[in-house]
Amino acid sequence: MSAAQSKPRDTVKERAELALNNAFLRKAVKYTTEKLRGGKQQAAEEHGNWEAWRERGRQIRLHTIAHLDYYLQEFAENARANGVHVHVADTGAEAVEIALAIAEQKRARSAVKSKSMVTEELHLNQALEGIGVEAIETDLGEYIIQLAGEAPSHIIIPAIHKNRQQIAELLSKDAGETLPPDTTVLAGFVRKKLREKFLEADLGITGCNFAIAESGSMVLFENEGNARMVTTVPETQITFMGMERIIPSWSDLEVMATLLPRSATGQKLTVYMSGITGPKRQEDGDGPEEMHIIIIDNGRSLQLGDPEFQELLNCIRCGACLNACPVYRHIGGHAYGGTYSGPIGAVLTPALQGNVAEWDDIANASSLCGACYEACPVKIPLHDMLVYLRRRKVEQGYSPTLERWAMKGYAAVMSSSVKLQRTLKLGKLGQKLVVRDGVIKARIGPLEGWNRYRHTPGLPEQSFRERWETLEPDIRGSLQEMDAGMKERMQQLVRSRSEGNENQGKRDSSEGESIRSDAPTAYSGKRNSDRVDREESGVNKGKGGGNHG
Amino acid sequence: MKVSLFVTCISDAVYPRVAEAIARLLARYGVAVDLPPVQTCCGQPAYNSGYWQEAREAAKTILDAFADSDFVVSPSGSCTGMIHHYDKLFEDDPVYLEKARVLEQKSYEFTQFLVHVLGVTDLGAVYPHKVTYHPSCHGSRILGVKEEPLVLMERVKGLELVPLPFAEDCCGFGGTFAVKMSDISGAMVTEKADHVLESEAEVLVGLDMACLMNISGHLQYRNEPVRVMHLAELLYEGVKQT
Ligand code: SF4
Repeated sequence: MSAAQSKPRDTVKERAELALNNAFLRKAVKYTTEKLRGGKQQAAEEHGNWEAWRERGRQIRLHTIAHLDYYLQEFAENARANGVHVHVADTGAEAVEIALAIAEQKRARSAVKSKSMVTEELHLNQALEGIGVEAIETDLGEYIIQLAGEAPSHIIIPAIHKNRQQIAELLSKDAGETLPPDTTVLAGFVRKKLREKFLEADLGITGCNFAIAESGSMVLFENEGNARMVTTVPETQITFMGMERIIPSWSDLEVMATLLPRSATGQKLTVYMSGITGPKRQEDGDGPEEMHIIIIDNGRSLQLGDPEFQELLNCIRCGACLNACPVYRHIGGHAYGGTYSGPIGAVLTPALQGNVAEWDDIANASSLCGACYEACPVKIPLHDMLVYLRRRKVEQGYSPTLERWAMKGYAAVMSSSVKLQRTLKLGKLGQKLVVRDGVIKARIGPLEGWNRYRHTPGLPEQSFRERWETLEPDIRGSLQEMDAGMKERMQQLVRSRSEGNENQGKRDSSEGESIRSDAPTAYSGKRNSDRVDREESGVNKGKGGGNHG
Repeated sequence: MKVSLFVTCISDAVYPRVAEAIARLLARYGVAVDLPPVQTCCGQPAYNSGYWQEAREAAKTILDAFADSDFVVSPSGSCTGMIHHYDKLFEDDPVYLEKARVLEQKSYEFTQFLVHVLGVTDLGAVYPHKVTYHPSCHGSRILGVKEEPLVLMERVKGLELVPLPFAEDCCGFGGTFAVKMSDISGAMVTEKADHVLESEAEVLVGLDMACLMNISGHLQYRNEPVRVMHLAELLYEGVKQT
């Protein structure tokens, strides 16, 4: 059996509906994502050279993934030379088996875990519990989620969907006494409780933000210090590493360490960045006696060699695309139905399963606005990938019949302007039944859902094409003489095209020099971050909440 | 110099006033646009839904329509943006692939054409109103049209440009998304309209009638009297008065 997730029985639409009707969730998610993306935007601006570093980050990831086998080999050799037991697992189930075997061999009773999305992907905690090993999440957000018996709804802020009151209630139950909804008190309680768990634990389990091929090291980014404890106190450390987590060298880490915290939380630096190169040596003060790294494929290699999806492996799991996504903001992470949520989840979940049919519907939960791409520190074109997913589903015959007919109809009408004209004429006749005061309010046919939130404009008397017959002569009558300079400029543009100078006269105003001669106005200078500090803060939303990875 | 109007199906059928404003504004600079009749739709509804074969049927009318134009101007950043996907859409069709590459080079969204081709930023318009601007996603993110509309509006006399909170957030249109995922889309347009009202603008302008149809349809549904229009309409009204 593979550890692949089974498809949830309900649809993304149904799950989204649950979220849309949950005012607490929507308020909590909106509050934190606004804060995070505002922070990211500010951090990128203060950095001053963000676009160049973003491109650098992309290049590093592209290069690494293109030579993944080479760097994995290098990493494994170096890690082994450092005394690490390196294991390779094709599937999630295999990875879990390896970990369980280690736990049994060590006669482990308990394990402390630092935040790791890949172990969520493998449902490791349940498997450990199954052999009698207590698995304790030590990241504050993860701890809360574990108490609630839920899955993380955000890859950086697992409990993003809960407000402070809800968290206080959960922790009060855990404490056996009523705790006030005060961040310091709540965090203090968890810290005290976890301290005992750290001291008892036989295993320390971590994910891996980056693996450094040149030295065989693994690197963790975190804010709470819990991952340091996980990797120093227990005797045995097991690190789960997605096979794509690798980067060639420590100097590449500098770029990642610049991009990841800024993109994730707007922090210039993560609070703790631990680079671990092998188990404890004689001269070391602390560290595990034994160290295992399990490198996991679990559907990742399906993306290798697929030009439309290979870039997915470039992801550094920063969560910026979730924070920028207007759909995620309204429906939260659980609506996506998989371990990974938001735009990256909508693409990654089906991709890792290699099965578009079962997971097809989450690709529809996007307006394709491209905010994810704009936010992504390694420029993964998620909005294009969502379209490719939709196309694969259609090509493989999994699209709904009605939709297929509608699109056939669309193609028939749009394949010729004559047919389009005829259809518009029919539409103008037909709409007489439903247009009142120039708009359609009836919730009928394809307008059913649309008109629940809007009025639809009726078609005007004349289409532009029809109007053009009288308009064109009128306009030609009023035509001004073209300025000679303007004419020359246009001719120059046409000439430069044939010389292969593609973007003449179409400067992207988002990059490069400004087209203004004067200073930007207050309007364009307006920042979102001006507006995000209004609402109450939750315990897991404070500065530095959560680990990255 | 042949400058053609890529009218887009929505401006043709639903908002002819937008295409008219563009044709009349350009005439003031000596540009007589033509309207190649074979054009229909850019193909985006089918492309985005994954029906590429169907998208090609529509896209071919666009590629054929503008084969001998020197410049192609459209009132939509999104439809112009769609032309940038044609190379992928026709990657297995050498004839149309070539046409796609050529068309991409000569296609401009309306404000791009004004600012970068004609070199016009001050149209001498007067429009004494409080205006806010919604930058549609595809125009600003795919085409990179960010400053052009702002520069044009800054030079309109009397126009007070007020900030739209979270302006760059999608309005929730997304083509078939608004139909398939109507409740999520509804939540998004509700939030967008809230921000428009928060801006206290009398007028909302944009560069894409699909998004504006979405926002104005919702404002109407809520009985909010904010006027919604394409920037070309605003500019044309503004110069007509002088
Ligand atoms: S896709 Fe990009 S933005 Fe999203 S989590 Fe991955 S690296 Fe971050």
